[in-house]
Amino acid sequence: MPNAEEVKYTKTHEWVHVEGEIAVIGVSEHAQSEMGDIVFVELPKLGQNLEKEKPCAVIESVKSAFDVYSPLSGEVTEVNENLNSDPALINSSPLENGWIFKVKISNPDELNELMNLEKYREFVKQNA
Amino acid sequence: MIENDSKLSIEKSASGRRALVFNARNKNGIKIPQHLLRDTEPLLPELSELEVIRHYTLLSHKNFSLDANFYPLGSCTMKYNPRINEIVSSLKNFEDLHPLSDDACAQGTLELLYHLEKALCEICAMDATTLTPAAGAHGEFTGAAIVKAYFENKGEKQRVQIVIPDSAHGTNPATSSMLGFETVEIKSNEKGQIDIETLKKALSERTAMLMLTIPNTLGIFEADIEKIVSIAHNSGVVVYMDGANMNALIGILKPGDMGIDLMHLNMHKTFSTPHGGGGPGAGAICVKKYLEPFLPVPRVIKEKGMFRTKSDCPLSIGKIKSFFGNTAVLIKSYAYILSHSNDSLSEISKNAIINANYLLKKLGKLYPPHNREYCMHECVLSCPEELLKNQVRTLDVAKRLLDFGLHAPTVYFPLIVKEALMIEPTETESKETLDAFIQAMQKIYEEGKYHPETLKKAPINLATKRMDETFAARNPDLRWESKKTCSSKV
Amino acid sequence: MYSANTKEDQTSMLKEIGVSSFEELIRQIPEKFLNPAFKFNDKALDEMQILKRFEELASKNTPPLNFVGAGAYERYVPAAVKYISQRGEFLTAYTPYQAEASQGLLQTIYEYQSLVCALFEMDVSNASLYDGATSLAEAVKAAVRITGKKEIICSNLLNPEYEKTIRTYVNGSCLITKLNSPNGVCETNTLNEKLESGNIACVIVQNPNFLGIIEDMPKISEITRSKGVLFIACADPVSLGLLKPPGAYEADFAVGEGQSLGLPLNFGGPYLGIFTCKKKYLRQMPGRIVGMTKDKEGKRGFVLTIQAREQHIRRNRASSNICSNEALCALMAGIYLTLLGPKGLRELALLNHNNALAALDKLTKNQKIKLRFARPFFNEFVVDLGTETSLLRKKILKEENIDIGLPLGFMGEEFRNCLLVCATETKNEEDFERLAGALEKNL
Repeated sequence: MPNAEEVKYTKTHEWVHVEGEIAVIGVSEHAQSEMGDIVFVELPKLGQNLEKEKPCAVIESVKSAFDVYSPLSGEVTEVNENLNSDPALINSSPLENGWIFKVKISNPDELNELMNLEKYREFVKQNA
Repeated sequence: MIENDSKLSIEKSASGRRALVFNARNKNGIKIPQHLLRDTEPLLPELSELEVIRHYTLLSHKNFSLDANFYPLGSCTMKYNPRINEIVSSLKNFEDLHPLSDDACAQGTLELLYHLEKALCEICAMDATTLTPAAGAHGEFTGAAIVKAYFENKGEKQRVQIVIPDSAHGTNPATSSMLGFETVEIKSNEKGQIDIETLKKALSERTAMLMLTIPNTLGIFEADIEKIVSIAHNSGVVVYMDGANMNALIGILKPGDMGIDLMHLNMHKTFSTPHGGGGPGAGAICVKKYLEPFLPVPRVIKEKGMFRTKSDCPLSIGKIKSFFGNTAVLIKSYAYILSHSNDSLSEISKNAIINANYLLKKLGKLYPPHNREYCMHECVLSCPEELLKNQVRTLDVAKRLLDFGLHAPTVYFPLIVKEALMIEPTETESKETLDAFIQAMQKIYEEGKYHPETLKKAPINLATKRMDETFAARNPDLRWESKKTCSSKV
Repeated sequence: MYSANTKEDQTSMLKEIGVSSFEELIRQIPEKFLNPAFKFNDKALDEMQILKRFEELASKNTPPLNFVGAGAYERYVPAAVKYISQRGEFLTAYTPYQAEASQGLLQTIYEYQSLVCALFEMDVSNASLYDGATSLAEAVKAAVRITGKKEIICSNLLNPEYEKTIRTYVNGSCLITKLNSPNGVCETNTLNEKLESGNIACVIVQNPNFLGIIEDMPKISEITRSKGVLFIACADPVSLGLLKPPGAYEADFAVGEGQSLGLPLNFGGPYLGIFTCKKKYLRQMPGRIVGMTKDKEGKRGFVLTIQAREQHIRRNRASSNICSNEALCALMAGIYLTLLGPKGLRELALLNHNNALAALDKLTKNQKIKLRFARPFFNEFVVDLGTETSLLRKKILKEENIDIGLPLGFMGEEFRNCLLVCATETKNEEDFERLAGALEKNL
């Protein structure tokens, strides 16, 4: 289980946790609180090849829809099926039970472009 | 009675009870093979006629309406719906006319539609009109299809983009996608208007159309309109006007005079036909001469003193729905037009603008307006900082208004304004009604400042308290499944 | 003139606003555009004059004794439908954005969705679209989005108005292949062949088809779905009082023209687009959807829901651009089905079927008139008159004010002598007698 310090962040508010060749991806605590009550998640397809920074999932709240952009390129190896029945997991546990999908990392260099928690916090502050 | 309050018709059903009966004439039996026949009875309610009437009458009591309540929904033009229009549109010979009737049987309707088209051309300074779109968004779809066909015919297939300001109604970008166009969104300036430099950068030889809402969704007239239109035209771009806000312009300005190439009109907004709880509307498209060949069919024409429908138009985009448009709605709008003269038409927009500015002036002191200038037919305000500090949001203000018997304005739109309240009073409301609204808004401001919990709880006085929309979206219950499962839900 | 302000009101309001004249309020409008001259109407009509003018116009319409159907059907509109739908509480409300103030309307829409789902035996229905043709076009677009495929197979016995509407909606982005039906129904062998392409999004079949004939929907649906292709059924709602509903043969989408449910003909509109689908395609649905929920005291209530599909939220990625739909028509259809109940609906369907059989019986007493396809039909059928039918139609219309039916010559040379005749519940033996007599005289 990742903690907020360990994971890396994107400017579009996703987090990435690396477990060997696999990256686990979700949205940040800040993002979920901005979204409000989440009612539906459209997950990426298993085996789908994702491109970095391209939209690959959608999170719906009652009155909004938010795109999730893949932080890394790679193939989807697993999606969090629990979100189908309980999308609110993203609200209650964004970094753990609310993870969204996993990709097999195809270009590890892309990881270098992500922010650590401190930088992400700064980024959020600046864009508030 | 209260216990029965929200019971569904199916829960009031009793097996064997009947309302409408058709005396059967089935001496011929059923000449259809068994395997193609229905083998289960549909789960429809069984009620007496009185029970049906009472069911719906009681439901009607649980509803705000323009007839009973001030209804200042911005962008929706909730003006009075004259009852004479209902009477004339339901005359038997109008209602009983089949859309595939021979033109000879339809001379009255065709004459009416022909003259309505002419009147709209005159009101908008355009050259041709189609009345076939069923609503405003359907009109937008038609307009974008016309422009696509125009450029294809001209051999400029590379024009695949539509430029749309970020203040636009959601229907504009949605329309663009429906026809396979790319949407290029341009940012409005701090006044909510189009920035000329931004526009210039967005337009190119790939742009087909610029879609403008005039006045824009902030209720502001684009002062640079001449420049904007000429920049677009110089790039070979067609200028479309979303006419949803035509109630601000009718009688005082003709869009065609500003160089608009095509536009839609929402007959259920500007021309007073009832909104019916979400339709039916009608969405005429008016175009300049060069776009006329692309209008959808059927067209209504006059030939040797006879009115005819014409479908043989080689460049037409084709059909956008079955048969003709929403004729009954169009008849109502024509009656409305004829209740005005050449000279009195401008009284509509004039009073709509005065009413909106009166609200802006009185409410702007407490609820910060997006724009300090005078507005046209509607104004956009925001929830005050003092209230936001108390965790009171626009939604709470809206819900509290309901307690005063006033429908809420449009909220959280346009998207470019934080905590927006978009207020359109229309010309048919009296000063007294506006004053009552102002008073309620002032009281809500005070409450928000000193008793914010009242607003968070609102509505308080209605039979129904605040709805759990999250529950609805997470657990979609979209129909009854059986009498039993329903009753258990009460 | 329906403005409320008196001259005095205007003056005092302008003063409060802080301007000396109205013109100051609109000073951002370039002056050269202001105050154009109009010439659409010299003198405003008063209410009495409007009534007179429109009565005159209406009297220029001469609705005949009508045997044309072809997608719009002459129906008896029950008194209660008219009465309730004219109540100002429904008529003059708008889309129920503020749920707490619109529970009545929201409940009627929830009930409409339920009634339609019951009739079609489908999982979910929306709150309505414009008409049957646009509903079908939206279903096609949904199928293309779901499958990512760009070919559509369409029965050639789909109402031509619908096919044309689909063409405009897909606007060149899809290939539409027509399925020929030389015997008045879909040929399943040809369908099988066409399905081999592998790039097919959906198959569209109308039932009863444009010629009034009942298709073997269960079989066609089975074949289509066995190839992993989506099946879209376009069904006449009144026929479902007798015929197998789309849910029973597992249609993925089922649409229809709701005008049949208690709406007047009105020369083409407003009508009612019925749109239903399987639950798994809920998020591809266009338009409004109402759901049941509870208020914060736990009491039952209704709201607009699953809104993130819609244009006001998703903008250029919405499932459709539709905003205003046909809510009042949906209300009328809901009242109609509630008045009928399951028994009334079956009676109505039987009456339609029997009237059509009776009309055919009467017509074919004349040796010159032949049933074109010996196949089961619902309330419409094709007869061959042995002579070109479109001139005949005009002649009998002129002489007897009877519209004998729709001439089918536009469908091809082999149909030039054919006539599509419709008999709904509004017709009786006497009417069939008149029709048969008029044809007798002219053949």
